[in-house]
Amino acid sequence: MIERIAELRAEAQAAIEGASTTTELEELRVRYLGRKAQLPNILRGIAQLQPAERGPTGKAANQARQALEAQIARRGEQLAEGELEDRLRDDAVDVTLPGSPAQRLGGLHLLSSTRREIEDVFLGLGFKIAEGPEVETVYYNFDALNHALTHPARGTMDTFYVGDDVLLRTHTSPMQIRAMQAEPPPLYVIVPGRVYRRDSDATHTPQFHQIEGLAVDEDITLADLKGTLLAFARAIFGPDREVRLRPHFFPFTEPSVEVDVSCFNCRHGAIRDGSRCPVCRGTQWLEILGSGMVDPNVFAHVAEHGYDPERVQGFAFGLGIERIAMLKHAVPDLRLFYDNDVRFLEQFA
Amino acid sequence: MRVGMEWLAEYCDPGLDARALGERLAMTGTEVDRIHHHGVGNLDAFVVGIVLKTSRHPDADRLTVCTVQIADGVQTQIVCGAPNVAAGQTVAVARPGAIMPDGTKLKKAKLRGVSSDGMILAEDELEISAEHDETIVLDGASLQAGQPLADVLAIATEVLELEITPNRPDCLGVYGVAREVGAATGSLLRPAPWEQDPGSLQGEVGVDVRVEAPDLCPRFTARAFEGVTIGPSPRWLKARLTAAGQRPINNVVDITNYAMLLTGQPLHAFDLDRIAGATLVVRRAHDGEKVVTLDGQERVLDADVCLIADADGPTSIAGVMGGTRSEVQPDTTRVLMEVASWDGPNIHDTSLKLGLRSEASGRFEKGLSPEQTLEAQVVATKLMLELTGARLVAGTIDVGGAGPDGQVIRLRDARVAGLLGVDIPRKESAQHLQRLGFEVVQRDEGLDVTVPHWRRNDVSREADLIEEVARLHGVNDQLPATLPGRRGAVGVLTAEQRLRRRAEDALAGLGLLEIVGWSFASPDLDDRLRLHAGDARRAHVVIQNPMSADQSVLRTTLLGSLLDAAAHNAAHGQGVPGIFESGAVYAATGEQLPHEHRALGALVPGDVFAAKGYLEGLLGALRAPASFAAEPQPFLHPGRSAKVSVGEAVVGWVGDVHPLVAAAWDVADVAAFEIDLDAVIASVQTVARYEDLTSFPELREDVAIVVDATLPAATVLDCVRAAGGRLLAHAEVFDVYRGEQIAEGRTSLAIALTFRAKDRTLTDADVAPLREKIVARLATQLGGELRG
Repeated sequence: MIERIAELRAEAQAAIEGASTTTELEELRVRYLGRKAQLPNILRGIAQLQPAERGPTGKAANQARQALEAQIARRGEQLAEGELEDRLRDDAVDVTLPGSPAQRLGGLHLLSSTRREIEDVFLGLGFKIAEGPEVETVYYNFDALNHALTHPARGTMDTFYVGDDVLLRTHTSPMQIRAMQAEPPPLYVIVPGRVYRRDSDATHTPQFHQIEGLAVDEDITLADLKGTLLAFARAIFGPDREVRLRPHFFPFTEPSVEVDVSCFNCRHGAIRDGSRCPVCRGTQWLEILGSGMVDPNVFAHVAEHGYDPERVQGFAFGLGIERIAMLKHAVPDLRLFYDNDVRFLEQFA
Repeated sequence: MRVGMEWLAEYCDPGLDARALGERLAMTGTEVDRIHHHGVGNLDAFVVGIVLKTSRHPDADRLTVCTVQIADGVQTQIVCGAPNVAAGQTVAVARPGAIMPDGTKLKKAKLRGVSSDGMILAEDELEISAEHDETIVLDGASLQAGQPLADVLAIATEVLELEITPNRPDCLGVYGVAREVGAATGSLLRPAPWEQDPGSLQGEVGVDVRVEAPDLCPRFTARAFEGVTIGPSPRWLKARLTAAGQRPINNVVDITNYAMLLTGQPLHAFDLDRIAGATLVVRRAHDGEKVVTLDGQERVLDADVCLIADADGPTSIAGVMGGTRSEVQPDTTRVLMEVASWDGPNIHDTSLKLGLRSEASGRFEKGLSPEQTLEAQVVATKLMLELTGARLVAGTIDVGGAGPDGQVIRLRDARVAGLLGVDIPRKESAQHLQRLGFEVVQRDEGLDVTVPHWRRNDVSREADLIEEVARLHGVNDQLPATLPGRRGAVGVLTAEQRLRRRAEDALAGLGLLEIVGWSFASPDLDDRLRLHAGDARRAHVVIQNPMSADQSVLRTTLLGSLLDAAAHNAAHGQGVPGIFESGAVYAATGEQLPHEHRALGALVPGDVFAAKGYLEGLLGALRAPASFAAEPQPFLHPGRSAKVSVGEAVVGWVGDVHPLVAAAWDVADVAAFEIDLDAVIASVQTVARYEDLTSFPELREDVAIVVDATLPAATVLDCVRAAGGRLLAHAEVFDVYRGEQIAEGRTSLAIALTFRAKDRTLTDADVAPLREKIVARLATQLGGELRG
């Protein structure tokens, strides 16, 4: 009997090894290990054997069955893998065809994404974000910002008025005063927002967007302004940028400076083919904002809120979001921002 | 301000070309708008010539063929069209190769068959004046043929066009610019042209001057000249005026302009014989009083306008423009030179009110110092004596006198370093200030600085001095870049700002494109949106001085902007994209400032459910518990519109855009929503709190209920929730069916019920009674039948 078991085992092993499909393997399993197969029959008939044979025979039959089962499983895996490979090969597609349409992402307007990009730089530098009314009083927009009564910006040619002492703010600077009224120093705040001036051509729209910055403490210096704006310029325009300060005049800062950033588009004013750089027009510098040290007269308006001009000092700056976006993304015409043409919007979404 | 380098060099010559000087000025606070070249080019081609002989051109009566000596022993033939050319004259000659002011290069030419080797020049050809008919005849005695013409006449100069900031009216004169150039470059500044006064302060001028409005006229000065001969100005003066952008007129008028350009102070020349009663009164005008100004226009004045009157009435609008009645004429022989200071803000207002801007008003409105009047008098006196043959009547009328003594300001070393973040040696500060005309005295902690009269309005505090020192020291190269100490300052978005970003990101993530619309709207927008007469959205903030009527009010809703953007894209073949805007809207309230709130609106192709889908996605992202109820809006489909509530507050609307409204923008089948984002954010829970949804599984049941078709699903769900009690975690409609098997006028709502307990796993035994209760409640309260 034991010999018969060995024969069966050898026969089955050879057959299993020779199986070429999982179907064939399944047939072999039924043939050698199924209910009607010889090996299980032998196991079932153990009881009828002589007691002395039962042990060795049962052991041999069990071993044979376990070995075959293991072999079938192993062989089965091999065959299944091979068959899957074949199926996958047959399943090949042209991967250069377009993908199935997914839910398309929309996107923010370039002015919003630029605003947020700038906001995030200043958040990292320790500034908070404040917002204020777009319809503003003459006091906050001009008087408290030390604008002379004859300052041309006060005129109805330049500024939209909605009442005798109420106007559409011409800059985000009124929030300097409101922010200082709301909170004592040290104060680090930026003010993004919409502003209005009576101007309309390729480089002016009657509404546009600014970001104001204000830092006030006991020891803020012009050098701090330079360092802050250098950090800003590098974050927005690239790590190799430099900034240049040029003295200027603004009513609400003293000293006042205009700030240029080194052109990111050229080397020494010329682009690769040797022609004049179209971004900086060959000057190597791009004017990006006006700034300066807060004028003591401005502090005088909020002295009772903790801003004694003899004790505190600070810097302020104002930049145009459109200008930054135009420079950075090579947008040629300001009016594109307000057409809201999808072919524009999708480029920056 | 146009400043010719040739004129500038008379007072300060830094030895730099115009470009290099411009760059230095830009880095010290004076912006150079541009640099012009005035006059001719290739100066080697311009020489002094002597006309040796002339003959009539054989074929042209008006041309003369001249033989001209253009160097020692060198003669050439030039055809000339000027009637005054004659043998023996010393003339200005342009030789072939000369670059004329318009940029053309002079070549050898044939004029009607006669060759011409150059040109005998008139003044206009050198941009000295507009004179074209007569050639320039030079003084032959001192000149030789072949001498460079540039040695004799100012035929070329670079001109800096400076942008003078409003705080620096002292730089509205060539000498002031020279002072600034001296400070910016360290070059020598020559003495001021008013140092030597040929006139006198004592004497009887013979004109009665009364200043009745001293608040508007801080100083009024006048000098009288007799024996004046009106005629052309000399070429050097005309050349300077022309380079500065002024047209030469006659010697007296040119002198007033020249003195103004040099000193910054406007002057006015009266014909003394045309001043009625030899009396001038400075006073406020009467309402409705009239004067004819030099430009020939009659101006109607009011009591805020300051004028100068003689015995016959107004002769000038003070500080703005003179009148025709007393202006200098070709026969004038007696001149009264008036130089006064006027109140800047008043001149500004007058100029605005009359729509009349002049060189003078543009200067006065910036605030000139009273001392400048006499400086200009001195310059004008010298020129009147030199150029018009005049005699000066002794004395100077001077009403008002000089301004207050120069203010002394302490400039502390520590403060300079403290404000700038860099040390500037006191010695260097003193030098910069002295070059600008400030007087300095050493003190223990710094300098005591006396402000000169021409900087009186601009420099009154220590910070102003620090600016002067900083800009000349250099705010760029010499300044380190540091970061503030930011004591305790933390940069962080507020919860509102974070949620606003989240709201915008949610809509973008759902596929909408953000637009940025105009805050301005057209007043007819309300009608296009079909707003009722009493609609609150008709309460616009109105702009008093709009750029155009269609931008004359501020928007009260975003819908107009959204429709504008949709229409733009539809009209450009792009279809209607799904768009949103996040921006302010403005409501006039009767308060001084209007109410502004941040609105969020969207417009999408499709119907109310498309719009509501985005809105629900948005409100879900904000965790705002929203509810909807049917409510019409004038601009929405009356049966497909809803109000949106968050908590108790109504925060907006959603619906199909009314077909007539859509049609007004040439679009169709669009839906929209708008919410008050501030109100939504104010009512949401900004911090999410944990809820245990995992310890015990939920149990789900569906129920289909047939109700009256007019019954809102929201009402059905309210009833379900009330009946379901605490264990009903969630209920929502997932299918709606009408048709076969459902009675006419009825509808079947399939509702998914989710039950959950915090403390145990629910069984059918827990839920079955709840389900029965829900069904029973629907039956009794809403007439609902279980669909089975």
